[in-house]
Amino acid sequence: MTTNKKIKTIKSIKIDIDKCNGCRACEVICSAFHAMPKYSSNNPARSRIRVTREPIRDVYVPVYAGDYVVAECAGRDKYIIDGKEYDECTFCRASCPSRDLFKEPDSGLPLKCDMCEGEDEPLCVKWCMVDALTYEEREEEIIEEEVTPGEVETGLEALVNKHGIDKVADIVAQISKSKG
Amino acid sequence: MRYAETGINLEIDLTRGNIEKVATDPRDTELYLGGLGTNTKIMWDRVPPETEPFSPDNLLIFGTGLLCGTPATGCNRTIVSTISPQTELMAFSMMGGFWAPELKYAGYDKIILSGKSPELVYLFVHDDKVEIRDAAHLKGKGAIETAELLKQELNDPKIQVAAIGMAGENRVFYASIEQGRSSASRGGIGAVMGDKGVKAIVVRGTKDINVAPPAEYIELCGEGLDYIKHREGNPIPGVMPILAGLGSPQGMKVHDEKWHTENFMWGNSRERKRDYWNEKIEKEWTETLENARTRLVSCFNCPMECGATISMPGLPTYMMKCFTKLTYTMGAFSDLDFGLRIAQKATEYGVDGFSCPQVMAFALELLENDILTAADFPEMPEDSEGRFFYLLDKIVRREGIGDILADGTHWAAKKIGNGADAYAHNNIKKTEQLPLKLSMLNPVYFLMYATGEKMNITQIEGQFPQAPFATKEEREAFVSDWIQVPDEKFKQILLDWEFRGDNANPYYPTVEMSCDIVDWQETMHYIDDALGQCAGLSSFPLKPPYHIHNYPKFISAGAGIEMDQAKLTQAAKRYRTLVRAVNISRGMRRKDEKPPANHWKKRFPELEEQLLDAYYKLKGWNNDGIPTKESLHELGLDYVSDVFIERGILSDVEDASVENKVEA
Repeated sequence: MTTNKKIKTIKSIKIDIDKCNGCRACEVICSAFHAMPKYSSNNPARSRIRVTREPIRDVYVPVYAGDYVVAECAGRDKYIIDGKEYDECTFCRASCPSRDLFKEPDSGLPLKCDMCEGEDEPLCVKWCMVDALTYEEREEEIIEEEVTPGEVETGLEALVNKHGIDKVADIVAQISKSKG
Repeated sequence: MRYAETGINLEIDLTRGNIEKVATDPRDTELYLGGLGTNTKIMWDRVPPETEPFSPDNLLIFGTGLLCGTPATGCNRTIVSTISPQTELMAFSMMGGFWAPELKYAGYDKIILSGKSPELVYLFVHDDKVEIRDAAHLKGKGAIETAELLKQELNDPKIQVAAIGMAGENRVFYASIEQGRSSASRGGIGAVMGDKGVKAIVVRGTKDINVAPPAEYIELCGEGLDYIKHREGNPIPGVMPILAGLGSPQGMKVHDEKWHTENFMWGNSRERKRDYWNEKIEKEWTETLENARTRLVSCFNCPMECGATISMPGLPTYMMKCFTKLTYTMGAFSDLDFGLRIAQKATEYGVDGFSCPQVMAFALELLENDILTAADFPEMPEDSEGRFFYLLDKIVRREGIGDILADGTHWAAKKIGNGADAYAHNNIKKTEQLPLKLSMLNPVYFLMYATGEKMNITQIEGQFPQAPFATKEEREAFVSDWIQVPDEKFKQILLDWEFRGDNANPYYPTVEMSCDIVDWQETMHYIDDALGQCAGLSSFPLKPPYHIHNYPKFISAGAGIEMDQAKLTQAAKRYRTLVRAVNISRGMRRKDEKPPANHWKKRFPELEEQLLDAYYKLKGWNNDGIPTKESLHELGLDYVSDVFIERGILSDVEDASVENKVEA
């Protein structure tokens, strides 16, 4: 295994749920920015940030759309924080079969936060005037691991053991074809 | 394609259980905008003056503002219109919160309820799916409790619920419609909802709201946010703190209540406690509020945090708007701990936080003065707090004396007789007002109180300072960045306004100036009520982000309707006049347009008549307050003058009011 040192900019949004007032301005501007044409419509159901808002229980959790996953989690845990119970899904960024969150309401296609590519900062942050959302960029020195052929082999062997050589070969062939 | 609005109203006939989706006429949007404007047009067209508030023919309209659901900050209000059981005139109570945008996203501008359901029902609206559902299991439940039960039952925390409590079910004349942190409280609209057999309206929407042209619209919204930031960082100097910022007076944030507690007349608007506020009370109240308050909360798409989540030990959690903090507390001359406890019950029952404490104080005053007797209050506790809890329960259940008190001070006094009338002393047009009693007549406030049809001074005032600034320097500083004025002349009026001497109340601002100031303030409120904009960022505070110069741009770029200052002012005048037309057709006249006799100690009957004369003239109304044929024609409201002439309200040949046959 060889390693390579690189400087990478990490974009992050700091979410302070104690400051969230539940107004959902973030959902409004996100869905407007990502409308086609830009700003021509808005619809929180299309937003890539959604606020779980249960005022009577004092639950306020803005969460961003992450990756699409094909399957829902097998088990779902619960967290108790400051005496308030949260379903694990409340914090989860996945566009997942278990819920309608982070999917286009018409097509069901998954949505994912892109940090408002092209803007100075994500617009949800700009529109959050109570500072529940703040934007941070930090540079990190990261060690990129170069994957050696030996590691690939180990991985493949595990798959072959599990699924059989024919199945793995088929899939590899299919992937090669689609990438070709 | 329709912009900002959906172009569809939901028409629900509760008697027959019929649901229709009706396309609206875009020309009405241009003439009446939306919200209050188009609500009023529907009320005029479909609810004749003979219709009683509790008739199945009365409508209950939940109208969203024209710009609700667009990115305009703070534009989230639902305007509820109906014939009020309390005033028998048109009520148009409003609520912020999250309900109006959700209805827009579901694809509708309004829900119009007619008829009466034989059984208690709730309405379920989720995009195209609209259903009338059984609500037998929700009977007697609290308004907030109902919303929470429906969220669990429907397994959807994202629904928005507008619900009534027991007060609405039992048709209390000042019952509210509650919606989380907001409520539409004035005029007894909750009683009409209860009368129609509707416990709650559940909405959930996942559709788009379009604006055009988009780039201009979002820029305007961005400028608005920048201005809010600027104003938050630069409170207005020289005015009391509650008037210096934006939003509602920040009663949930600010602990210093010296001004309200000492300057208002509490109880049944009787007693001013000049040295009430002291360090001990401030310390106790601060502790009570800080322990109870879990979080400051906002309405949809607004940073202002005018409300709070309140959890009192041993009681269910609820949310409070600013002023209810004081009305029960001071109505009973108790403390904040009591105020927050009883407000929890009152919110669940769904009653107006202005009227209800005053009705209870009124009842106790009648008892003290032997007009009511102990026999009217069986088993009532001795202490003030206990009595308020007792009366609240009696009223919302309409039990015993509560059945009479549930009709408000005006009607209750009539039923009780025996001189009770004199104790219903704080009403305008049969509606309980803020408990204020002052010294010198203020000509601007006189006009607002007298001619307002919103029945609530806080929904009429704003924009122009309530009192002059002490020094020339302060005045000059104030006008230097006063961009909101519709005309430069308002700056000069303020510059010349003094505490004493010739340029002081009651003769300055002059009659003409007072009329112009009131007309400006009222116009801004009426624009807000059609657009769905919260007054807290617009017509209520000094130097707000929304004003007559940028509103036309918002409408042009949001709703795609060409608009300028003159056209917008004319539109507001049109539906404001139509509100008056509805009420005139129901018998309202000049004789009804008067503040409580004891509102000011120093009155000037001659000046007051001059003020009304001049204001009516400016508004295009005749000397009895009836819009003239000419002014109706100018506003495109010939259909109103036709009816007025037919009913003998206006004469065909001249504009003088003739004997009114329909007058109650």
